[in-house]
Amino acid sequence: MTAVRTACYHCGETCNNHAIALDSKIFCCDGCKLVYEMLHEHGLCEYYQLNDKPGVSQRMQVRRDKYAFLEDAQIRQQLVQFRDDTQTHITFYIPHIHCSSCLWLLENLHRLDAGVQRSTVNFARKEVQVVFLQAQTSLRKVVELLAAVGYEPYISLQDLQHKKRPGVNRSLVYQLGVAGFCFGNIMLLSFPEYFSGPEGMDTVLFRYLNLLLSLPVFFYSAQVFFRSAWKGITHGFLNIDVPVALAIGVTFVRSLVDVLSAGGPGYFDAMTGIVFLMLAGRILQEKTYQGLSFDRDYTAYFPVAVTVINEEQETPVALPDIRTGQTLRIHHNELIPADGILVKGEALIDYSFVTGESAPVRRSIGEIIYAGGWQLEGNIEVLTIKEVAQSYLTSLWNRQELQQAEDKPASFIHLLGRNFTAVVLLVAIVTAAWWAFYNPARIWPSVTAILIVACPCALLLAASFTNGHILRILSRHRLYLRNAAAIERLADTDHIVFDKTGTLTGKHSAEVVFYGQPLRAAERLQVAALAAQSTHPLSRMVRAYCGESTLPVTDFASHTGKGISGKVQGNSIQLGDAAFTGAGADGDFTGSVVYLAVNGQVRGRFSVRNGYRAGIRQLFGQLRERYALSLLSGDHNGEAATLQELMGPGATLRFSQQPQDKLDYVLQLQAKGQRLLMIGDGLNDAGALKQSHTGLSLTEDSNNFTPASDGILEAGQLLLLPRFIQLCRANKRIILASFIISLAYNITGLFFAVQGALSPLTAAILMPSSSISIILLTWGLSEWAGRKLRQPLPLMADKDQLPG
Amino acid sequence: MSVIILLLGASLTVGLTFLAAFIWSVKSGQFEDDYSPARRILFDDAPATEEKQHNAITKQ
Repeated sequence: MTAVRTACYHCGETCNNHAIALDSKIFCCDGCKLVYEMLHEHGLCEYYQLNDKPGVSQRMQVRRDKYAFLEDAQIRQQLVQFRDDTQTHITFYIPHIHCSSCLWLLENLHRLDAGVQRSTVNFARKEVQVVFLQAQTSLRKVVELLAAVGYEPYISLQDLQHKKRPGVNRSLVYQLGVAGFCFGNIMLLSFPEYFSGPEGMDTVLFRYLNLLLSLPVFFYSAQVFFRSAWKGITHGFLNIDVPVALAIGVTFVRSLVDVLSAGGPGYFDAMTGIVFLMLAGRILQEKTYQGLSFDRDYTAYFPVAVTVINEEQETPVALPDIRTGQTLRIHHNELIPADGILVKGEALIDYSFVTGESAPVRRSIGEIIYAGGWQLEGNIEVLTIKEVAQSYLTSLWNRQELQQAEDKPASFIHLLGRNFTAVVLLVAIVTAAWWAFYNPARIWPSVTAILIVACPCALLLAASFTNGHILRILSRHRLYLRNAAAIERLADTDHIVFDKTGTLTGKHSAEVVFYGQPLRAAERLQVAALAAQSTHPLSRMVRAYCGESTLPVTDFASHTGKGISGKVQGNSIQLGDAAFTGAGADGDFTGSVVYLAVNGQVRGRFSVRNGYRAGIRQLFGQLRERYALSLLSGDHNGEAATLQELMGPGATLRFSQQPQDKLDYVLQLQAKGQRLLMIGDGLNDAGALKQSHTGLSLTEDSNNFTPASDGILEAGQLLLLPRFIQLCRANKRIILASFIISLAYNITGLFFAVQGALSPLTAAILMPSSSISIILLTWGLSEWAGRKLRQPLPLMADKDQLPG
Repeated sequence: MSVIILLLGASLTVGLTFLAAFIWSVKSGQFEDDYSPARRILFDDAPATEEKQHNAITKQ
């Protein structure tokens, strides 16, 4: 109950004793209060009415001149979309956009800054397009305004290179629309032909209309198939689109000849119908997830500019312009963009994203600092020794192996389609030979009819619809695959490689253990109250361990790099490193340690380490029966024994692995012909993820940034992995089953075709009924196979706890 | 027969109109963001809230 009463009016987070009251509302921090005041002043408080507590916590203040680089004309030029003498158009990516309040506030920006002319939100892409007048405001001011109201745009190095974000392929949708229109009308206009009865009516007009309507389908909508077929042929690979294009072409020519020679109505409805359905299948299969990107490289993580110190002057410089020998100032909570030597300040760097090491490392003056780490405490200065593109981490991306076009194996569908076509061509030749002997006049109708009927479109339809359904079922369970080919590769997996930090261990499952004199309940709350004052990750973990507390803290002091101290209920409490608390270095402990001193007396230490995700034991229990397992960890081997026991005696465990080592290990296994599934989460896995047969990147929240991969999996769903792979296997079986059923239709059609007696009516009935039944079948079977994902995991939380 | 021709023309015209409408709607990006338009329409006409009235009073 207390939590509800003390929730911040702006962001909904629990307020501790620092709560600020204003207008009978409570705020957790000055930042949230400032946003409220600003909105209140401009009459924008509807923001709080649309949704309850819609804001994002403002405890982390934005540095004052963080956006100074936007004053630089060259950088600005590269970021904006359009600029003339008066206006600038720019699109920002704002990860915080999450509700209608966000939408409302962002579209009312003009009320906060008169220079903003228009702002339009694209909710699905989490983007806002802003049009502003340079005369009245500036890019920097707009960005700072956005940051001030809690919607800080995410501007990364990638934006400088103007990489296009993936979108829906619109031309495919147009093609579908045109095909649908023509198909519908042709079907309607064919009715007089089919149902006019023996006395008949003059249908020549209808035939020519059909011919006219089929032209856009043949020359525009079916282009996709012709192009793909041509590309296949020029690359010496007969893909499934080759026989499909052949069938479409033959149908069109045969129908054209029929109509022009007044020999019959042609098969226009069958042709347009199949093009329409195949396009629909293709669109379904090419589903894109807006807001997710599978192609991120280091540029998506790196800032646009960094502060360079030149003769005591701070100037923002765009990252590509950083040269060696320059002094960079890295502020609190900023990313280190280039390798360098620490020349000023005390560095505490979180390298977990680069190396997988879970604990932040301390570096002192004179030591080399690698790009990609986050500076956690205070400001430092770094003398660059390498340019951004040549830095250790970034050079991984510029490796030759990774630049090559993907030569991942082709789908089994193409092979199947090829065999199918070969059989059909054989039937056509035999039929031709037969009629050449008995009645040469029937060669043309029968052979063309065979080629029409024998279009492997049922196979293509089965494949594209099944893939589309499976992708959707997987995304419903928060596994987002890049494309349909990834389903097949995932199904073929025989070796699974795991990363440890962030993959097997979770950010939210950190384990804190206290060693020393046991704390009384009251003392725990006092420690919690002190720890709540700091946003340091270790403080947060200690607080989570000690419980919720709103006791008042006095004399609070934060000693950067050392610890925090304060008085709670008369006890002066210190939390920090050994020297700070006076504990002295008494032994080496793995993981991060926070010492506790009460009234100058050391009481003990909190040992913090990331715990394994719940259910890991069970996951490995299932996986080790079917797959070879490996673990590549950037961490030390402190937990080797536990992990070996978890993963089974057959598993390979490697520790202290650099990103390069991970990539090499993947290459080594691939050389042995193993089909790898790599599961990782950080930049340190990026090379391995990209090289693997299938790379899945794990994320706590799908809005977060993930390295380039074939799929993005939400961390909570990791336990479903065996079922995901199972479903991908089912995918292939469903396609095959549908194909076999469609063969029955094909054989029926062939029965008429070889006799040269395939009437347009038969084709008109056979084609849509077979296609639609295949579509329904694939949908039903996919849902049936996907139902297993919904079943609860037979998991006993208690039994699953790992020994501490 | 001439009636049929008339009807054919009419039906094709109607069909083409809808095709054009479809292409226009795709082109203008109506299928790309299915969340904001539905919310946006509610904003302008939203009833004055207590907060707004309060603001109005304080401004006076």
